[in-house]
Amino acid sequence: MSGGHDLGGLSGLGPIAPEPESSEPVFHAEWEKRVFALTMASGSLRRWNLDESRHARERQHPADYLRNSYYENWLAGLETLLVEKELLSVKELATGASQGEVSDSGAVPLQAKDVPQILSRGGPVDMVIEDAPCFTPGDRVRVCSQDPRAHTRAPVYVRGRIGFIKEHHGAHVFADKHARGQREGRHLYSVAFSSSELWTSSENGSAEFKVMVDLWEPYLERA
Amino acid sequence: MSDNDHSHDHDHDHTEPPGELELKVKALESLLVEKGLVDPAALDVLIETYEHKVGPRNGAQVVARAWAQPEFKEWLLRDGAAAIASLGFTGRQGEHLRVVENTTTVHNLVVCTLCSCYPWPVLGLPPVWYKSAPYRSRAVSDPRGVLAEFGTTLDHDTEIRVWDSTSEMRYLVLPQRPQGTQDWTQAQLATLVSRNAMIGVEKAQQPDDGMTA
Repeated sequence: MSGGHDLGGLSGLGPIAPEPESSEPVFHAEWEKRVFALTMASGSLRRWNLDESRHARERQHPADYLRNSYYENWLAGLETLLVEKELLSVKELATGASQGEVSDSGAVPLQAKDVPQILSRGGPVDMVIEDAPCFTPGDRVRVCSQDPRAHTRAPVYVRGRIGFIKEHHGAHVFADKHARGQREGRHLYSVAFSSSELWTSSENGSAEFKVMVDLWEPYLERA
Repeated sequence: MSDNDHSHDHDHDHTEPPGELELKVKALESLLVEKGLVDPAALDVLIETYEHKVGPRNGAQVVARAWAQPEFKEWLLRDGAAAIASLGFTGRQGEHLRVVENTTTVHNLVVCTLCSCYPWPVLGLPPVWYKSAPYRSRAVSDPRGVLAEFGTTLDHDTEIRVWDSTSEMRYLVLPQRPQGTQDWTQAQLATLVSRNAMIGVEKAQQPDDGMTA
């Protein structure tokens, strides 16, 4: 789905105004730390995966997504998932008062002692699949122009555009299905686009450049 | 809310959230703890890890080693995840690492236009600007303009390659080694490697930039 999160190529969003690297804190407020950690700890209950988590943030109204700070978007996504996965009720969220144990939860909260191991193990998404890859480096491909109206990782700015397969990363869990709770592997490629294919010259104004985008095979057709 | 207030919302640096938000997050944490879904001690360890343990000094060690050891550099560019894991940097958001090399003719820049994908084990959590709408929108459409905002200029014929992190592949830029550092140790070299250089918005610092080796 397109939405407030799919920002590549938008204009009018203002200067970047980076804080100096030497003085920027990791978190800018105590509540940001807690939202970060609550999201990570709740995620470890394994009621949802990373793509469902991304999709929960993306489903906000675009105006809210853009107006919110980063961790406000995390908080909004977390609240959505806690309710949808029936770990909290809407009433509990609104009142802050527990209505009792989670029924049939079997939920085991993340323990402090297990954090280092869980973080260092990570969550690899490469898979072995039977299908051979359809494309090889150098192939000319076009990105599907349709908006799937659900979670996808093909950004709007490359849809319908022609690029070249630069690299085959092997098969990775396909994000679009993963956001619906299905773990299926699809071949993943780094696809190179020239700036003149993506933008009119008045937009980039100066010299050519290349943009590499990781795209799964179902997004691509031979061109 | 007036129009002025509204436009201010887009410019503020998010350093002063309303107390309402602070209270809302506290209430959510209490609720999750009460329901047995979250252990507050685990939250503290998560925060401590990313606030103090995992950060861009890890990536700087990787870069310094690649500058000092050609065989490590070759491994790093061929199989980034394995080479980086050999230094002990593994895990969440670094499962599939790819290192891209800046040269005299190529400059790489990393972005995530769709969210905030970033190689945590080597760089820690991303800075605010990396997650911001201005950077995410323009890195792929006007990289030279973006670099200029960081005070970085490139030769006109340098090829810019922007990497949009749309999958679980994570990208780390290997900056060019500065001139005049032939005799430097890895620990000294690492002091020249900023986080921003490993995202690609800056170059590595020069030995005469006022850094002490």
